[in-house]
Amino acid sequence: MAIELHQDSRFQEVVPPLSPKEAMEEANRCYYCYDAPCIKACPTGIDIPVFIRQIATGDLEASARTILDANILGATCARICPTEALCEGGCVRNEDSRPVSIGRLQRVATDHARTANVPDLPPLPVRGRGRVSVVGAGPAGLGAAAVLCRMGYHVDIYDEKDEGGGLDTFGIVSYREPIAVSLWEVSLVKKMGATFHFGVRIGRDLEWTQLRSQSDAVIVAVGLGRVPRLEIPGEDLPGVWDALDLVEATKTQPLDDISLGKRVVVVGAGNTAVDAATCANRLGAEEVTVLYRRGQDAMPAYQYEYVFAKQDGVIYRWWTVPVEILGHGRVEALRCLRTRAAEGKETDRRATLEVIPDSEFIMPVDAVIRAIGQEKPLNLWEAIGAQTQNNRVVVDPETFETSVRGVYAIGDCLAKPGEATVVGAVADGKQAAWAIHRQLAKVV
Amino acid sequence: MADLSVNFAGIKSPNPFWLASGPLTNTGYQVSKAFDEGWGGAVWKTVGEPVINVSSRLASIDYGERRMMGLNNIELISDRSVEDNLKEIAEVKRRFPHHAVIVSMMFESNPKLWADMVKQVEDTGADGIELNFGCPHGMSERGMGSVIGQVPEYAEQITRYATEGSSIPVIVKLTPNVTDVRMPGRAAVAGGANALSLINTINSVMGVDIDSWMPIPQVDGRGSHGGYCGPAVKPIALHMVSSLYNDRRIRVPICGIGGIETWRDVVEFMLLGSQAVQVCTAAMHYGFRMVRELTEGLNDYLNRRGIAQVSQIVGGAANRVGDWNDLRLSYSFQVVAKIHEEKCIGCNLCYIACEDGAHQCIDRIPGQKNPVVRAEDCVGCNLCSLVCPVPDCIEMLPVDHGVSETWRQRQERLSSLS
Repeated sequence: MAIELHQDSRFQEVVPPLSPKEAMEEANRCYYCYDAPCIKACPTGIDIPVFIRQIATGDLEASARTILDANILGATCARICPTEALCEGGCVRNEDSRPVSIGRLQRVATDHARTANVPDLPPLPVRGRGRVSVVGAGPAGLGAAAVLCRMGYHVDIYDEKDEGGGLDTFGIVSYREPIAVSLWEVSLVKKMGATFHFGVRIGRDLEWTQLRSQSDAVIVAVGLGRVPRLEIPGEDLPGVWDALDLVEATKTQPLDDISLGKRVVVVGAGNTAVDAATCANRLGAEEVTVLYRRGQDAMPAYQYEYVFAKQDGVIYRWWTVPVEILGHGRVEALRCLRTRAAEGKETDRRATLEVIPDSEFIMPVDAVIRAIGQEKPLNLWEAIGAQTQNNRVVVDPETFETSVRGVYAIGDCLAKPGEATVVGAVADGKQAAWAIHRQLAKVV
Repeated sequence: MADLSVNFAGIKSPNPFWLASGPLTNTGYQVSKAFDEGWGGAVWKTVGEPVINVSSRLASIDYGERRMMGLNNIELISDRSVEDNLKEIAEVKRRFPHHAVIVSMMFESNPKLWADMVKQVEDTGADGIELNFGCPHGMSERGMGSVIGQVPEYAEQITRYATEGSSIPVIVKLTPNVTDVRMPGRAAVAGGANALSLINTINSVMGVDIDSWMPIPQVDGRGSHGGYCGPAVKPIALHMVSSLYNDRRIRVPICGIGGIETWRDVVEFMLLGSQAVQVCTAAMHYGFRMVRELTEGLNDYLNRRGIAQVSQIVGGAANRVGDWNDLRLSYSFQVVAKIHEEKCIGCNLCYIACEDGAHQCIDRIPGQKNPVVRAEDCVGCNLCSLVCPVPDCIEMLPVDHGVSETWRQRQERLSSLS
């Protein structure tokens, strides 16, 4: 394994596992609905009533099989899915009690599979032949690869990192999901027969045209890029971080090697900002402040992520924008301005903003973490020759095929509007895999 | 305060709650403690020739997260000497003169022995005798217990052995392990029984350990059939109580036994004809303290309904239970399911139950949360309302088709036509 696993108590998983007794009680709360709304609310369509009933009847192996059959990243999703917006949001028991804790039950089953050496998933009854290349070993790529491998396709997965899992491995804070969980999921796909090629970057280590010509179909699942620059003076001073780099560092380095200082500012108020802020807190920062140029109502983070940050003592300063990072040799202070909505509603994330005159103030800070989204892989689309619209690659909504025949794009790299999720990426992967099979097997 | 006291075949008790003969009435210590905590009576664990027991003895089945929905035992009658038991019975009776102390007895079929033992029991001051004709394990293999209760002639004869020399009431405890409980019931009455109690335990094998393939419970690798009791057996007991209460040839008080756990169960047993009740499994599960909820619950129930004396409810619903042939046929009367859409949570359990397990008369409507009953096709079986997890969401509405006809009436009508 390329990654040395660091177990640090400061980054211990926040949500404890259900005890066997708790799991049994919770499983027995499920009504075993017919054509259940929770299934429809799951992008990967996990047969939730069945996997819960299998827990209740003491067959954790079958339960895990039910989950992984529909979602090879079931262990990750058990931890980080926004369940209240998905399966648990659909649970009928919202109406008569409280929803069944589907996510935590899913974790019981998948933890069992991970630790008890459960047999592999069986091949799918549908068989196909051919060679499919997947660029990106993250959730979308693994989701597609699992289905294709189970159909009998030869699958090569390329990733520029030296391990698979993509954001699951490198971008999810350990106290939400330990890295071992993600690496186990990668190992499942390996066992299914996929060949992983790590440290390979398309265009650098392998030419696109060569990849295309050696494959019957190519799936592009590269995710998004780095956090964009703030484009303000002082941004290159030591002490300025890309939030994703920070999270990756906490997962791949000893925590004591990471030095942020006592006063940390996070710019942006999405879920990644919560990750960065709570990481900073666990790394010993005494004052962690999130700056957001809009108000709380426009905050992109899930409510439960916001609550999590507040429980960590994170301060939110709304209607604030940084304009200059100050310091001699490293970050020392941040010059900020207050903002307000010029046109449109304050709750609207698209409302135009204006700076409030004479509102400038200076915050003394030791580190500034950028968490204002991720860059889109525009260069790649150009290299592939895939058509784009508004900087997004154009794909067929049913098949995920791009304008280049036989080339498919799935997952975060589509930069679909709304929150990107792991479960959504896996669902993309499954759908594209079936589309490829229909194409290659010439199934109408 | 409602008056909860009962006079059961001459046995007076401050309330209708008695402990049934079993592991919980084995000693003077237990029965005294139970009386201190509020039980009105107790049936002493069956006195007889002392036995030797085995270990283990009990097993249960759970349902969901609830433990001991059903309990099974292979423990025998008292393993203590007759003398010790009678001495403690006398002590308890002296200390609790106003409580009901009933002595369960089981002896071999010897009239002299019975006459002698009945005398000795009377001398303790006990209020009554209960004949154990029901124990389905162990003792039955030795010609006692349920083998007596299963043969009306034996039951009558042994009852007579006990009643002939007894000046205190004799209750016969019946086994449910028969085809028609009225037959041994009538035999017991013919033998002079002053009252009946039922049900004793149901013959059962509790289970098999699917890992070791051992029976449950097991005694060093072997198992046996044992007596099943607990909440799961209540419906069987209610049926048998009502069938005895409604039998014109049985006109003696009935003590209801079988799965009683709450005051609601007590009310049901009384409404179907029990003058008093006996509790075993629930008190073994939760301890004697549970009698407090029985007492307060029954009292509050009677007060709410303005009923002064508990005996007023005895048999109140029994005449409504009878032969199927006296039920109105569905062309005469039926119920039809109605799903209250404002209560529906969209689980579709009613739909799939009706579709697969009943009469295919519930439809799902695309885009709509609640399924809908096709009233014209509904036979009124109740299944949908039973599987629905939401209280009062599915209502069974009565539909009277005008004519009133039962199967019996129909047969009479058709035969008069021909």
